[in-house]
Amino acid sequence: MGAEAAIWAIFFLPLASFGVIALIIRPFLNRHYALSGFVLIVPLAAALGLSIWALRAVIVGQDLDFDPHLWLEVGSATIEMGLLVDQLTAIMLIVVTGVSLMVQVYSLGYMREDTGHARYFAYMALFTSAMLGLVLSINVIQLYVFWELVGVSSYLLIGFWHERPAAAAAAKKAFIITRIGDVGFLIAILYLFLQADQFAAENLNAFHIPDIWQAAQPVAMGGAILGGTALTWFALGIFSGAAGKSGQFPLHSWLPDAMEGPTPVSALIHAATMVAAGVFLVARFYPVFQASEDALTVVALIGAFTALMAATMALVMNDIKRVMAYSTISQLGYMMAALGVGAYGAAVFHLLTHASFKALLFMGAGSVNHATGTFDMRYMGGLWRRMPLTYVLMVVAGLSLVGIIPLAGFWSKDEILTGAWNGSGLVDGWVSRVTFVMLLGGVLLTAFYTFRMLYMTFHGEFRGGVDRELEVQEQATRDEATRGPAAPDQVPATSGLSGQHALVHLAESPVAMVAPMLVLGVAAVFSGYLVNPQWVKEFGIPGHWISEFLLTGVEHAAPVLADRIELHDFSRWIATISTVVAVAGLGLGALLYWRRQDGRQVPRRDPLEAAGPVHTLLSQKYYIDALYEGALVRRAFYRIIAGTLDWIDRNLVDGTVDAVGWIFRNIGSVIGRLQTGQVQAYGTAIALGSLLILLGLLLF
Amino acid sequence: MSAHDVYLVSPLLAMAGVGILVILFDLVTPRKGLLPAFAILGLVAPLVLLLIQFYDLKDSVNLVREAGLLASGESGVLVDSLSVDRFSLFFSFLVLAATGLVILGSVDYVRQMERNQGEYFGLILFSATGMMLLVSATELITIYIALELTTLPLAALAAFLMTPRSSEAGMKFFIISAISSAIMLYGMALIFGFTGSTTLEGIAASFQEPAQAVFGGGVPAFGSFAMLVGVVLLLVGFGFKISMVPFQMWVPDIYEGAPAPVVAFLSVASKAAAFAVLLRVFFLGFFDVALDWGILLAVLAAASMTIGNLVAISQSNIRRLLGYSTIAHAGYILVGVAAGVRELGAGVPEFVAIGPNSVLFYLGAYAAANLTAFFVIIAISMRIGSDRIDDYAGLARRSPLLAVALTLAFIALIGVPPTGIFIAKLYIFTAAVEAGLVWLAIVGVINSVVSAYYYVRIIRVMFLQPATSEEKITASFSSWSAIAIAGAATVWIGVAPGLMLRAAEAATVVLAG
Repeated sequence: MGAEAAIWAIFFLPLASFGVIALIIRPFLNRHYALSGFVLIVPLAAALGLSIWALRAVIVGQDLDFDPHLWLEVGSATIEMGLLVDQLTAIMLIVVTGVSLMVQVYSLGYMREDTGHARYFAYMALFTSAMLGLVLSINVIQLYVFWELVGVSSYLLIGFWHERPAAAAAAKKAFIITRIGDVGFLIAILYLFLQADQFAAENLNAFHIPDIWQAAQPVAMGGAILGGTALTWFALGIFSGAAGKSGQFPLHSWLPDAMEGPTPVSALIHAATMVAAGVFLVARFYPVFQASEDALTVVALIGAFTALMAATMALVMNDIKRVMAYSTISQLGYMMAALGVGAYGAAVFHLLTHASFKALLFMGAGSVNHATGTFDMRYMGGLWRRMPLTYVLMVVAGLSLVGIIPLAGFWSKDEILTGAWNGSGLVDGWVSRVTFVMLLGGVLLTAFYTFRMLYMTFHGEFRGGVDRELEVQEQATRDEATRGPAAPDQVPATSGLSGQHALVHLAESPVAMVAPMLVLGVAAVFSGYLVNPQWVKEFGIPGHWISEFLLTGVEHAAPVLADRIELHDFSRWIATISTVVAVAGLGLGALLYWRRQDGRQVPRRDPLEAAGPVHTLLSQKYYIDALYEGALVRRAFYRIIAGTLDWIDRNLVDGTVDAVGWIFRNIGSVIGRLQTGQVQAYGTAIALGSLLILLGLLLF
Repeated sequence: MSAHDVYLVSPLLAMAGVGILVILFDLVTPRKGLLPAFAILGLVAPLVLLLIQFYDLKDSVNLVREAGLLASGESGVLVDSLSVDRFSLFFSFLVLAATGLVILGSVDYVRQMERNQGEYFGLILFSATGMMLLVSATELITIYIALELTTLPLAALAAFLMTPRSSEAGMKFFIISAISSAIMLYGMALIFGFTGSTTLEGIAASFQEPAQAVFGGGVPAFGSFAMLVGVVLLLVGFGFKISMVPFQMWVPDIYEGAPAPVVAFLSVASKAAAFAVLLRVFFLGFFDVALDWGILLAVLAAASMTIGNLVAISQSNIRRLLGYSTIAHAGYILVGVAAGVRELGAGVPEFVAIGPNSVLFYLGAYAAANLTAFFVIIAISMRIGSDRIDDYAGLARRSPLLAVALTLAFIALIGVPPTGIFIAKLYIFTAAVEAGLVWLAIVGVINSVVSAYYYVRIIRVMFLQPATSEEKITASFSSWSAIAIAGAATVWIGVAPGLMLRAAEAATVVLAG
């Protein structure tokens, strides 16, 4: 009982903060800056402590199987609420509470001048609590509830600065696109409803996640309620939801736009936790995915393709947060690909290390924005002298992202590459080879864009920050005015002009911002080797610790299939190859950018623009956004379908019935004339409608 | 009519009585502000009587046919025409709650009127009386009278403002309802002519006789052509009330023109009562041909959802938008009705309780969410005098709480947790799956996503577009109370759905026949 209460507390502590901030602080004590921050930070620290305790309990094998509580009964389906604390959950709890705590401390500094801090921290508390609920859910409906709540709080936070139209549009886009992915997830859940009776016959509950694992096992293990093609479609439905949340191709286009939210939000939600929820979801249902080679193949190939494609788009972005956003999509692709080829431990391990260094990179971007007022790298430069601490931390995090030994990112990326190279019994050999090649290509691009980002931000001469950006924009507007009206999409987007930060004061950020960055910096250096040592055993941690640990979880859930996953030893060859590729990428970047300054001309020409049409294609994001919004949403959906129906409603139906109504009117209608002829029309429509139904019934 | 009969209809009498008293009170009091308080306090009388009946019902299914009374021959008048059971009580409570909330939400609105304030509340109460009669009616003529009693006051209310738009809305509503009533009455006549009975029980019994084949062997849907036509014509009347495609055309016009509180009442209470009678007639009267109407309603459900949602996208007036939204929601709810039957094999229908259960649950959750939305819209349109969505720009600035409440209502209408309609949609799509209508469940899920588009658009306008005016929007205490109660109910049904689920399950036992 005590243990269960302690784990529930991890979820309820931030929820209580949300209640206190929303109901007490915001209405009555809104003036007291930082109060709401502390109301969130202190419970979060407690939740982190409890998460560490939970991890320890899982490690020592303490019994954490709690009976779920009945929530509702719908027909023959029983829906419960409960806690699922296994190896995966324990790791996720640490990631979510840890990163969230760091981000909240950072926000104390970053949001200092924003008047909406109570609202901000309330949303943050809601998000953190929903994310923890998602990670802890034992029931798929319960999980779905939190899944949506996470989406709603993300919506609120992206649109936090709602006076900016771009933020508004981005929030809406994120909400709608992730919901498109959720259709698949919901259909998968509906399929469970369909199978509820079969589950019940085996004494299983169709929504209880461990029971779903059980049902996906081969017949020999007393499972196979889910099997064959149905299982593949079920798994793909779940993956569709996961792809929406994790920004996998073709549902990736919302994530870069989501960068309109405050930067700490990007660090927490759109780098470390919520976007990783998709990876978590696939990992959560891994015993199901294992049973379908086809589903895993799709996961692997989509993941690998996303990893590569997003990296190409990151090459040409000028907004530092957008570079990071595409980088995040790309790294999530690595995780998905790892899951697809059977490197389960490596995927979650990469999720962990990525959370630390990507959150740090975002915080760095926020810190830089704090100083320069802009997110546009073309107006930065030369910052390393003014902000040495931020610089060092960003370089560390960047190299960790590139995968330079011995930083955290190296170990997890290496584990993924090793897993992909060796493959597993779960997918065909060619799938893992193709995945390996794409991921290796991704390493080259990652190294290149990371170098470009760090160089443009911190080296060379300072190019004026937001002041210069505004000048250039004014100049552009004046030019446009003389040349005639500009097309709306040609107006340069103002990046990061939140009003509060729109002042250039080149100096290191306050302690509240730098301190959490230091903590994450330590994690970005050490977390890789310490939790997953490869050959040195002197720290008292067994080799391959985290992968082994996570694998015990899957083996416990799916004893037969998990045997087909092998843990591969560290391979010097693969490590050497990936390091050479990464260094080559950095070198290529250096070759193109180092000391190539055309004086102080701002914005200076990007060397990549020499690539002409390719550059255009990449900076237009392969025209996918244009396709979605222009062709699909605006033209096909809105204009054609909705427009046609509206037109039919207005003209065709009204028109037809008008014609019939006209006859009635002219036979000395009893109804008489109203202001419009519509009443006759509606009456006739009723008659026609009933005739239509009668005809339909007679014909079929 | 014995004393017991009076007891059975006492909630109805009390409701009508309160209506009359409010009108009389209006004549004598100069303080018109007391009228709504008087009306709401008056609702305690039918509430208490309903509660008494509720506890009285403990062991029996239907108070009208209580075994002991029938044996002594005491009760006779109402036996065939009414049923006081858990089903009727569920809906009576729902109608009562909606009536109380609508009166509370009308206070500000009515205060602007120079005269006839008493009549306004009186007409609402009369209409509610009709709805309470409708939900317990078990005989076609009673159903017809109850429907008219429900509709006529609503037509008067729709025209109540006496502005050109309001009068037009009232007149349209009146005429369309008259047309659909006439068609329905013709259907009833056909059914009576063919089965020789107007009671649901008698109609059901007539199906026991073997169907006669026509045209060389084939049996038409519903057993015979006369029944086919009769049932479809009956469906016209019900379809009009629940705003189902293809009888939905009046909805946007009335929603736009009629007084907003009246529209709220129409979209919640009137819809619920019409669904109640639809369920009762189709499950008790026509159950033997349930497979025929099951598929018909499934198709109409899909059409209502799809047309409602798609046309809603291009609306620029928030009330018209909610009109199309209510058509779409009628579609979702019809899914549950269609899911009430499943083929047991060889054309024999089987009752699936979860279908009607989900309908009742959905109606409750929808009432809470839709009332929240309408109360906010009333408060806003009273201040800014416009229902254009563009005029909602920057509402979050001008009144953060109203914006949050409307967002909550829309989140609920999309079906996002933790609100009641999320559970309701889950419930209704589960029902569809259990009844073998997987395709319909998928259509429903896709429709929910489409609907997110236009609701989110309004949320976006409120929060993200610059305000056209800096003037703050406030609401009176009564409006706030109405919004708070309806909003709290929306969340409560979503977080703790147990009570509503159990009530719905207990109520639909009656439909199992």
